[in-house]
Amino acid sequence: MKEVDARGLSCPEPLMLAGEALKNTKEPIKVLVTEPHQKVNVEKFAKSRGKTVVSSETEEGFEITIS
Amino acid sequence: MNLFDSKKKLALAGVLCGLVAVCLAIFGNPANMAFCIACFIRDTAGALGLHQAEVVQYARPEIIGLVLGAFIISLATKEYSSTAGSAPMIRFVLGMVLVIGSLVFLGCPLRMVIRMSAGDLNAWVALIGFILGVGTGVIALKKGFSLGRAYVTHKTNGVVLPALMLSILLLALFTSLLKASESGPGSMHAPLIMSLIGGLIFGALAQKSRMCFAGAIRDVMLMRNFDLMTVIGGLFVVMLIFNIASGRFVFGFNTPGIIAHSQHLWNILGMYAVGFAAVLLGGCPLRQLILAGQGSSDSAVTVLGMFAGAAISHNFGLASSGTALNPETQEVIAGAVTNNGKIALIICIIICFVIAFTNKREGAKS
Repeated sequence: MKEVDARGLSCPEPLMLAGEALKNTKEPIKVLVTEPHQKVNVEKFAKSRGKTVVSSETEEGFEITIS
Repeated sequence: MNLFDSKKKLALAGVLCGLVAVCLAIFGNPANMAFCIACFIRDTAGALGLHQAEVVQYARPEIIGLVLGAFIISLATKEYSSTAGSAPMIRFVLGMVLVIGSLVFLGCPLRMVIRMSAGDLNAWVALIGFILGVGTGVIALKKGFSLGRAYVTHKTNGVVLPALMLSILLLALFTSLLKASESGPGSMHAPLIMSLIGGLIFGALAQKSRMCFAGAIRDVMLMRNFDLMTVIGGLFVVMLIFNIASGRFVFGFNTPGIIAHSQHLWNILGMYAVGFAAVLLGGCPLRQLILAGQGSSDSAVTVLGMFAGAAISHNFGLASSGTALNPETQEVIAGAVTNNGKIALIICIIICFVIAFTNKREGAKS
């Protein structure tokens, strides 16, 4: 599974990186972010593109699996 | 509580913020300013003695309230996260650019929208510059611009700016140490407690709705996403209705008394710098205060940069003057941008370009 490490990046970088990864692969991707508002943004972005989203909290933030 | 999951809730957040601004305007804040981040940081910098412009000195409780409102709501909803380490000094400089550009135009993006809703065509002209500035920032982002990662730090780091804001409030309430204007815009304000509550409500709503004036245009350009634009739309509509209903809607360029000028090129360039710097920072002046409240030390450094920018603007005569009416002759005296302001603004724009195209994301093509 492709991993996008967007931890600590400012808006809208997590969304841009997630979007780029989704464009380049049909496989599920895992996006790592630090802040809750970035988690919500990425989830919303993925859902708006018809993807399924599963998120979990990690020690350093959040892990969002998009498939 | 989540305001970010539907457009209706986002619009409602914008409407409520608009109502806060309306109340503050009715109860004493300067006409057509109501709630301006750059102007209020400038006034607060004056109250602290960072500059000596006697007409713009007042510790604005709205600024304190915004930071504390975002701090409290982010703690309550578990969104508080203490982070730091993403190019702090570059953010400091960009914070200065935000305020220098704003004070050449005479208002931050929030005040630009408030001025637009009152029929001030100068603000509509400045919007062109703001959109172009955001667009330039978007090009930089597409070319791989990044200020790098912030890292999770000890929880107390993120508390520093809210604590400093609380300290300013306590000084304002219990001492006479802070300066306060006796005339001019700094002397015009709603009662302290009302301004503070207004700031707290606005801050909480802005934190939950992610309100951001630069982000709204950036998201439309980058992702055809209108979520943040919905919040701004809600605020604009409420202010428009209020201005029309209260007879404050004056359609035109030369409108004395609203602290604006009609030097179109400089209005455009002022907001160009603000839009550009805001995209590089990841958010407008309002958003920087909110992010600082929810624990970002990088945004707190940006806020300090905004204070420094405000001080420099008034210590070195960079801020523009507003069109005014001579009370004796009733003659309109046109507001103007100073030569120092023009030079500083050009330097600010050059700095934005240098920052935009020399800071690349890991793995981005140079």
